[in-house]
Amino acid sequence: MSELPGDLLYTSDHEWLRREDDGNVTIGVTDHAQAALGDLVYVELPEVGQDVEIGGDMAVVESVKAASDVYSPIDGTVVAVNEDLADDPERANADPYGDGWIVTVQPSGDIDESALLTPNAYQELLDEEEV
Amino acid sequence: MGSKTPLYDKHVEAGARIVDFGGWDMPLHYGSQKEEHHAVRGKAGVFDISHMTIVDLKGGRVRDFLRYLLANDVAKLQDSGKALYTSMLNEDGGVIDDLIIYFMDESWFRLVVNAATRDRDLAWIRQHADAYDVTVSERAELAMIAVQGPKARELAAPSVDVEWRQPAHELRPFFGIEAAGMFIARTGYTGEDGWEIVMPAAQAPAVWNRLLTAGVAPCGLAARDTLRLEAAMNLYGSDMDETISPLEAGLGWTIAWDPDDRDFIGRDPLEEMRGNSARRFVGLLLEDKGVLRNHQRVVVEGFGDGEITSGGFSPTIGRSIALARVPAGDYDRAQVDVRGKLLGVRIVETPFVRNGQVRIEV
Repeated sequence: MSELPGDLLYTSDHEWLRREDDGNVTIGVTDHAQAALGDLVYVELPEVGQDVEIGGDMAVVESVKAASDVYSPIDGTVVAVNEDLADDPERANADPYGDGWIVTVQPSGDIDESALLTPNAYQELLDEEEV
Repeated sequence: MGSKTPLYDKHVEAGARIVDFGGWDMPLHYGSQKEEHHAVRGKAGVFDISHMTIVDLKGGRVRDFLRYLLANDVAKLQDSGKALYTSMLNEDGGVIDDLIIYFMDESWFRLVVNAATRDRDLAWIRQHADAYDVTVSERAELAMIAVQGPKARELAAPSVDVEWRQPAHELRPFFGIEAAGMFIARTGYTGEDGWEIVMPAAQAPAVWNRLLTAGVAPCGLAARDTLRLEAAMNLYGSDMDETISPLEAGLGWTIAWDPDDRDFIGRDPLEEMRGNSARRFVGLLLEDKGVLRNHQRVVVEGFGDGEITSGGFSPTIGRSIALARVPAGDYDRAQVDVRGKLLGVRIVETPFVRNGQVRIEV
């Protein structure tokens, strides 16, 4: 099990966020999520330009085992999607925090960080789930 | 915590993700179910199937007993080691289990039945065996390993006692032999060539090691399911259960109607249904992106609704496939309600994949 990147924030739905220099936020699913799903076979991406809202549907990652909704952790607009996932969804298995990124969103306002988890808080959540 | 097979420690050692399966702690995969699937289609994979139930039936009237118990006819088994796939029906013609039966000798037949249905199967068999003075012995002390793929028999050969290698190599499909304490059968659940090998539990870890060293990939339940689905092999509990007749589960070919004076359990209700089933069992290919899943509703305009019995993804084809029970009728397209959207499917003749080759038009 790989280390949790320390420069990301997390959600209880097993997503991660990275704040980019330009203020946009890149989002993906965590290593825990990809391991639970198994080999991904499809990723349904949103349209660039689409508005998303906190807790709303944004993408779907689908494995042989199950389809899992990816919810937006913030309010904003989709500015980029990882097209490579269409042909090679397993990038999200192999490199969930890097090449397996799913969507980049331009936040519509300030991000409420109290609603998100620090790496430590997310790790605690994982430890609790394992018991 | 469930039961553990003699290979449990080996699975853990190989990095398996362990899950519960019918009360057993079994390997779901060892890292990538897709890689395991491709290994079987392209070279060779090994599955621990020790959780399955091996039952030896012995007695002077065992053949008569089985001709009554099973929908297929063991009269077809006259050569020692020959095997038959059959369903075992209840009095209403519903499927209690599907199984393989091996003819060992005139007073000994061997059955391999599913793990999940073990208790029910044994009770049923015992109940009916009494009248024929047949003894029913579960062989729980035996392990079972399936080696499957184009190179499976070649890579498994060194595990066979040297005196028996040639006879093992010469085994025809659906035949088995006893080989110095092992029972080797050219059967499988993947649509590839290979063997299923029964051995004393204590031997299993060494055989497993030898196979892995020879380059056979350890494969778990997830790959087992994608492989059998591509091969359109039924899974009891998904594709049929006690309320479903073999005629509505694509198992009509396992019923031996002739000789017409052979009485077998479930024959009468089956005769009534013969030729006029309201439903048929078909293969589906999803024409869009997405994954078909068990229990999704199949919509056939003008004919009614059906249901997916086994849905999944075909790694060999790269698209989603399924088995489904749908209204009888002459049509070759339908739609499936996938997460609220109606997606188009084509009805295809199964198997989807066999011996490494895609058999349907994609």
